[in-house]
Amino acid sequence: MSETQSAYNYKVVRQFTVMAVVWGIVGMLVGVIIAAQLVWPDLNIGFLHFGRLRPLHTNAVIFAFGGCALMGTSFYVVQRTCHTRIFCDKLAAFTFWGWQLVIVLAAITLPLGITSGKEYAELEWPIDILIAVVWVSYAIVFFGTIFKRKVSHIYVANWFYGGFILAVALLHIVNSVAIPVSLTKSYSAYAGVQDAMIQWWYGHNAVGFFLTAGFLGMMYYFVPKQAERPVYSYRLSVVHFWALIFTYMWAGPHHLHYTALPDWTQSLGMIFSLILLAPSWGGMINGIMTLSGAWHKLRDDPILKFLITSLSFYGMSTFEGPMMSIKTVNALSHYTDWTIGHVHSGALGWVAMVSIGAIYYLLPRLFGKPEMHSVKLITVHFWVSTIGIVLYIASMWISGVMQGLMWRTVNSDGTLAYSFVESVKVSYPFWGIRLMGGVLFLSGMLIMAYNMAKTMAGGKAEDAPVLLPAGHHA
Amino acid sequence: MSDFVNEFWNWYVILIVLISIVACAVFLWTQSMARPGTAQTTDTTGHVWDETLEEYNNPLPRWWMWLFYATVVFGLVYVALYPALGRFPGVFGWSTADEHRKEIERVDAQVKPMFEKYLKMDLQAVATDKNAMDMGARLFQTYCIQCHGATAQGSRDKGYPNLTDKDWQWGGEPAQIIESITNGRIGMMPPFGGNPDAVGGEPGARELANYVRSLSGLSHNAELAGKGKERYNAVCFACHGPDGKGMTALGAPNLTDKVWLYGGSEAKIVETIVGGRTNQMPAWKDFLGEAKIHVMAAYVLSLSSGATAK
Repeated sequence: MSETQSAYNYKVVRQFTVMAVVWGIVGMLVGVIIAAQLVWPDLNIGFLHFGRLRPLHTNAVIFAFGGCALMGTSFYVVQRTCHTRIFCDKLAAFTFWGWQLVIVLAAITLPLGITSGKEYAELEWPIDILIAVVWVSYAIVFFGTIFKRKVSHIYVANWFYGGFILAVALLHIVNSVAIPVSLTKSYSAYAGVQDAMIQWWYGHNAVGFFLTAGFLGMMYYFVPKQAERPVYSYRLSVVHFWALIFTYMWAGPHHLHYTALPDWTQSLGMIFSLILLAPSWGGMINGIMTLSGAWHKLRDDPILKFLITSLSFYGMSTFEGPMMSIKTVNALSHYTDWTIGHVHSGALGWVAMVSIGAIYYLLPRLFGKPEMHSVKLITVHFWVSTIGIVLYIASMWISGVMQGLMWRTVNSDGTLAYSFVESVKVSYPFWGIRLMGGVLFLSGMLIMAYNMAKTMAGGKAEDAPVLLPAGHHA
Repeated sequence: MSDFVNEFWNWYVILIVLISIVACAVFLWTQSMARPGTAQTTDTTGHVWDETLEEYNNPLPRWWMWLFYATVVFGLVYVALYPALGRFPGVFGWSTADEHRKEIERVDAQVKPMFEKYLKMDLQAVATDKNAMDMGARLFQTYCIQCHGATAQGSRDKGYPNLTDKDWQWGGEPAQIIESITNGRIGMMPPFGGNPDAVGGEPGARELANYVRSLSGLSHNAELAGKGKERYNAVCFACHGPDGKGMTALGAPNLTDKVWLYGGSEAKIVETIVGGRTNQMPAWKDFLGEAKIHVMAAYVLSLSSGATAK
């Protein structure tokens, strides 16, 4: 075994991990700005208005922050659980730099108004092609590492990472098929309601595979590692993995209730969203029950606090989602702030918190330190962000339900009891509270960045030696 | 029910849906059966990764399993009752289109008499009826404020008319207001920028702007206005009239009343002359119907205090 093959490739993990924190701050800052623009419309200055910045926010937090966190942790986890160095260092480096290029191009084109107009897939066709190339290289590196593993069994975290990588490739390529008319403009290859259906098949599975399956992979490594306990149930992993990836694919139409989509399609979206509840909760049960026998660790381990709280928010939002997919509930919740609250209980509570926990776990190990510069600051970060999330979700629930009720109230003569602008007026206080929640969450990320910089300072960026598999597999 | 181009896709959907829902239950059932010879549940599976990662093999939590089965059963019942299996409309025969139609019918039955009783009344009389004006205000707040604003004062410089003044582009008589709402209006000021011979290009347009401002008694350059007057009498009078008081039949605005749809500054008027303007009031005939338009027109009439004046 050559010298380089005897160590894990930590370089690419370090790069992705640090950039996850950086892009997290950027993406959340843009989120805070657009939240402020809703409270003070005068802040919509020139082309930096809500309409341009909102897609920048979603792309930055999902694909820049979430993407870097997923790619970084998956490269770490796949190497360590396969007991081998990553497959093809050069392609791994290309994955990192290619992904950063995608992010920078997004940050330039979206504020300029260059967009395909498809939610969560706004980037124009040249960038879409770059994403496809980078994603295929990511898949080759990940599955290449799986193929050269030194253990016979593939660890559960890798099933989820693998499922996420394959599904996102499929979703991105199918949804992005377009006819270019110039370098910066293209039109979707699909028309009318088919386009809407494909868009939300993509959109919902971006949630299902990018924001759920990928981060479940993360959870399956970092929760048992940090809790130092075995995973609760292998069988539950098997059942909920296959059930989750099978049923998620059907759930997209629930974004198009009461639209031109045929009734039968809407019904299927709702039914499979409800069937999805149990498979989603399987991951929560497996993660939280892994802690049984070690609950006391929650008291003084802030990393575990992040990880377990993230699973609680995961359980909450995967209950809320199927409930909101029921047509009768959706008739009230759709197009209101409730949806925004639901998304953020998943995005802040689950995705961000599990990533933050994983990154705090990784940083000392990547930079040759026994632990983070300040464990106390992790605790501070935990409480600041938890309070931020609660403010965010609660304010959006209240304003969302209020908006839904106001919009559907009619007078005896059949006219609307409230004009739209009246519902805007009463939403202001809650948008203010939401802004406060966002500011708190962003502050937590800044604390994290400080802690990260202090931990990195004077650290040794060394690659750990590849471990021999345990006796059974040697 | 023409969602499918042929019978094949109908059956394709039916089969794949039923198989998929049932497959969830079958998969769960096979996986929850205890297999002979498996290790005790408290033991780990025997696999170890990365030094410390192990797995117990606890059985599936019972309550979770039943939750899963319950959603599958719900799914099967739902596809039997509601549209989900291709062309099969479901036992209840429910559809969104039907639900919408029934709701419209129910509300129409309740609401129509409330509006129709005013149809027989003269518009001026309706405009002084307190109840009718409350209903008119609510209609206005639902359908009109998007352009004319919550206070009905239009939008300064954006082309949406103020409905509270005495200025009427298309006429303020009851029949004219009803016509504006019923069939809509399209107002068109032609662009003269591409035709320098007509108004003398932008310099000519500036002269015209000064003349037009003088008609409204606004500050202006008298020399330019004088030249503008000649241009006006050659081109503009055709629609706006020789005295600048406009022509309601064409929707050509009165230029002497200090009311400016697109702004009254010299620059804005030049922009209007050079680039032209097109604006549109949508037609509400099919959407609101005669009776609601009658009440709405009376409300609009009352806004400009037309009713109380008489």
